Formats: sequence, C-alpha cells, structure tokens
Amino acid sequence: MGYVAVKGGTKAIEESIKRLKYERVKKGTAIELHKIEAGMRGLIDQVMSESSLYDRSLAALAIKQAEGNPEEAVFLLRAYRSTLPRKHVSRVISSENMKVERRISASFKDIPGGQILGATTDYTHRLLDSELENESDLSIQDWLRAFQEENHSTEYQNDTADLNSLTKVLDYLRSEGLLASCENNDLQPGDVTRKSLEFPSMRSERLQVLTRGQTGAVTSLAYAVIRGYGALHPTVGELRVGKLPVHVDHPLLDEGQEEDSYFIGDFTATEVEMLIPLTVEKEQGKKEMEFEVGYGMCMGQNETKAIAMGILDNCLEKPNKEFPSHNEEFVLYHIDSVESTGFISHLKMPHYVTFQSKLDSIRKSKDKTAEQEVGLHE
Amino acid sequence: MNKTYNFAFFDEGSKREIRRATLKAIAIPGYQVPFASREMPIGRGWGTGGLQLTLSLIGKDDVLKVIDQGSDESVNAVNIKKLVSDTTGVRTTDNTKDASLIQSRHRVPEVPLQRDQILILQVPLPEPLRNFEPSEHETKKLHAEREYSGAWLMLFEQIMKYGIMATDADHPVMVHDRYVMAPSPIPRFDNAKLDESEALILLGAGREKKVYAVPPYTNVSSLAFDDYEFEIESFTNHACILCGSNDVFLDELVDEESGETYFQCNDTSNCLEMVNQKQSLGVN
Repeated sequence: MGYVAVKGGTKAIEESIKRLKYERVKKGTAIELHKIEAGMRGLIDQVMSESSLYDRSLAALAIKQAEGNPEEAVFLLRAYRSTLPRKHVSRVISSENMKVERRISASFKDIPGGQILGATTDYTHRLLDSELENESDLSIQDWLRAFQEENHSTEYQNDTADLNSLTKVLDYLRSEGLLASCENNDLQPGDVTRKSLEFPSMRSERLQVLTRGQTGAVTSLAYAVIRGYGALHPTVGELRVGKLPVHVDHPLLDEGQEEDSYFIGDFTATEVEMLIPLTVEKEQGKKEMEFEVGYGMCMGQNETKAIAMGILDNCLEKPNKEFPSHNEEFVLYHIDSVESTGFISHLKMPHYVTFQSKLDSIRKSKDKTAEQEVGLHE
Repeated sequence: MNKTYNFAFFDEGSKREIRRATLKAIAIPGYQVPFASREMPIGRGWGTGGLQLTLSLIGKDDVLKVIDQGSDESVNAVNIKKLVSDTTGVRTTDNTKDASLIQSRHRVPEVPLQRDQILILQVPLPEPLRNFEPSEHETKKLHAEREYSGAWLMLFEQIMKYGIMATDADHPVMVHDRYVMAPSPIPRFDNAKLDESEALILLGAGREKKVYAVPPYTNVSSLAFDDYEFEIESFTNHACILCGSNDVFLDELVDEESGETYFQCNDTSNCLEMVNQKQSLGVN
C-alpha cells in the first residue's frame, strides 16, 4: 500500500524547520542586527509602517529572522504586537510640530520656508554603484567626518527657516481662499486593532487601515485610480518627512494638562497632503472648481505609500459605484499584508475533506445528467 | 513552556475581550459577532479565529485536542497544538473523549461530543451569503431582516443547473430557526452533528473578525427543499481499509502500485481506536 498519512507529521515539521534555519545560515556568516538597523532603513521603515509598531531594533530582528522578506517580517511584528498590553494613549500630536527633515510641494514653487530636499532617492540615477562593493566601516567613517566638517562650514549656515514650526502649504491656500477651511474633527478616533471594522466606516478607521496597508497594495490601487480606474487627478500639496514628538499624560492625573505630560520620545513619519481639484455644482447649474484634500501619514520615510494613501483617502471619502477603488469595502478589506498573504498562503494547507466533498457533488451531478439523458432517449 | 510570553500568548485584556464576544455569540445562536481579531503567530487563514477562541478560553486544567482535516498529526494541527502548549503548558491528547477543548478544521469528530466539552471550529469564510452578496454592509442588513431568499435561490439554481444541490462542504444551516449560518467547511456529512449537540460549539473566523456559536441543545438544520432533500456525501459500498467502519467520513486514496482506489477513515484517532478495539476483542 502507498503512503498513508496517519502519523509522522510532527517529525516532518521539525525537519522542515531545521531546513529553514539551514537556508538562513548556510553561508556560515551571521548578519548582525545593528548592521541591519544601520543599513536597511528603507526596509525597516516599510516593515514598521505595515506592522503599526515603531521599534527599529525589533524591526531589525524581524527582518533578520525573515531573511529580509518584508511580508514575513511584518507578520512576526504584528503577532508580537498582539501580546502587548496597551498602557498609555499619547496626547494628540500635531504635525505642525514636526521637526522637518524633508519637505516639498509639487503645487507651489515658492512655498514659505522653502523646499527642503533632504534625503531622497528622487534625484539619483538608479545606476548600480560598484564602489559599494568595497565599502568598509573605515571608509564610511572617513566620509562621515568630512561630511560633518562640511556641514559646520559657513557656506551652509544661511538657512533661517525654523525647521520645528514650518507653516503648512495648505494653510497658505486657505488664507488665499482657494481651499475651504475645515473644522477640526475632535471625535474620539476608532481603533481598528481593538474593534473590527464596520461599514460605513469612520474616516479615522479608514486612515488606520490605509496606513497599515501593504505598501505594494496601497500603491497599486492608487496607481489604478490615477491611471483611469478612478476619478482623481491629484497634486502633492505638501510632503514632509521628519520627527514627531510623543507626549503622554501623567497616569495619575485625571485631566491631563499639556505641561504635566511626559515627553517619551519621537518617531519619524511621512506626511502628505494631496490637492485634488474637483468640480462642484452650484445653484442654477453653475459649476465651480474647488480643491479637496487627501491625507496620508506613514511611520518612517515611506513617501510613495503616503502619497498613495492620500489618493485613496480621498477616493473613499467620495464613494462611487463605478470604480472599485472608491468602494471602502473593496479597498480596506484587501490591502492588509497579514490578512491577504495569510489567506493566499492558506491554500497551501491540505483541503482533503472539502475536496472529497466536492468530488461527491461532481459525481452526483454527473450521475444526474446521465440519468436524464437515458430518460430522454427512452 | 515559553516564559517570554504571557499565559496563553495574549495579554489579559485581549483574552477578556474575546471572551465577551464569545458570550454574546452564545446568547444569539448563529449570529456573527464582530470582534477585534488579533494578529497571531500563525497565518491569517490558517486557523487564527479558532486559535484566538482556544487561547481566550483555555485554563491550566484543560486538555486540548487539535484536528485538521480529520487528523491530529497534520501540519496545521501539530503547529497549533505546539503553540498552545508552548504558551500554556496544558496537556494535549489525540483521544476525543479525553479532551475538554477540541479545536478543529473542517471536521466534527466521529465520536459524539459530550456536555463538558467545547468544540472550536476554524472558519475561513463565516458569511453564508457572501456568494451572492460581496458587500459586508449589505449582508448584515439581510441577516437583520432575515432576508434569506438569496440563499434559497442559490440552492434552487444549483438544482436547475446540476439536478442536485451542488454544495460541497459548508452547506448552509439554519440555527435556532433564526440565523442562516456557515457551519465552517465541514463536510455535509457532519452538519447533522451540530444539531442538538451536547457540547458547546464555537466558530471563529480570524481574518474576517467574527465569532459565532451553537450553544448546546440548539436546533440546527441544513437548508433543503421538501422535494430536494439535503444529501450527505455517500460512501455506499465502501468501508475503511484499516478498521472496517462504514458509517464514517472516508478519504479516497489511490494505491500507487495497483492504481486501485481504496477508502480510509478521515478521523484518524477514531480509526486507531476502532482498530485497537477490534484487536483487543480478537476480531482480526
């Protein structure tokens, strides 16, 4: 008799796990966590953003364990996140207090405070740099020293802008009357990790799902929107990358006061405000152009995703049956990395029972057809 | 036991939250209670709903059995069992009768369940109406209004097309004459085991973030018509090659050498018990 799957699963699984470790270490070199943390900023930022967990060293650990596979690394961190009790909620963070490291506007050339290019790959040519093959800790340190000296020279000291309180580009538009001012929405935000999403959803919940979304999925859907499967033609009003301070209230004081709160650290974030022109119908069939805003915010430097999020935020504000990208259930249910990869990967599991059941149905329906054909000929 | 994690993996707040949803589910048989499904160390779609229920309920004195596709030793069953015992230290068993908690994927054990047992079924797609209504917002309304003509129509259309109700596993059931429920992809063969069950049956869908339940002694009937009755998978003229049972769900296997088809119990622990029983009675 052939192979009978009754016993032996446990042993096979143990061997498979051993094999996985072998694949990770087979070259005989251990990759050090601090090196991942130092040199893989892009991957760390992406993993932290999709995990909703801001911790560079844990992200580095997850990336090491996952052999650099972001989908696995996010999975590890999200599962770890599930075990953490929530002890504090921070005070409201205002992005006007961002310590800006990079800030651009694609809408206005001359924004108050100026365009600050900061660190970006946008202006590099994507040519493989063979010099990196020989990069060493020593050569890096030399370069660093030179870079710091250069930064201290007077040539670069002319900037007067206060990077801690740069005015928002959109505020300028509002003052010009080109953009409707909006009221602050001070409703307690929903929390999609503590309560499952129900429709119609709140904007706070939508923004959370979008910011936790898989970078590739969010980008693809937003791309579909601007390519034609959607109804938006946006411009980046302002994109800023920088550090946001986090304060928590004193745990024993009921009504938290700003001055009693504790500064517990800051985190890097990317914030995008998209400008979306829109035709609005006024009285007597008159039409007017207006700007609307789409908002994106991600942990770490994650610009494409934040822009894509800004596009989708606006899409979901305006449901439109014509386009799936304007349907909140379609977008929000499908962009989560852990959920989508989990369900796709579950197809690898055995489905013997359901398949046996299906076989039975197919056979019965064939028998029925055969019966009927015989009946017809009689 | 893995000490770096809390007992049963979750923090206490999370466990309490899941238990609350479970209580609500028991109070409204067949109704899908939304819950804040946590991300688990196993894949979403690999049984995280069942696992969250198990972890929220398990205590130090429990004895756990995990089945996947009828087997205690299939990949997923082993994985889940390992995770639960690593984070709780509870005893596990293959024997259905010894278990206080039974987590299962796609099967209700052949041995009848008892009143002090809880069966936890893993559910990939909890919404029985999803086939004809993709929107969650809409299906919620349909359930609220008890508007199930879509489900009946789906079965009617199958009869028109194929001459039979062509559902495979997961044939929809009516619970307590109120809610149409997806019984998780258990074969049609197992649907009857849900009816008037002595054990509490909990169903958890992690990715879809729903918990629902069939409390003990609750009426569960498979959707069917008077002239087109509900039919289970038939294994007429077949018996298990190992234990000879012919009243159980069988797996169809092919002998590699002779190319012939043979049948074997799907519920492996039950099969083993039957074999042992026969041997001790001296039948073989």
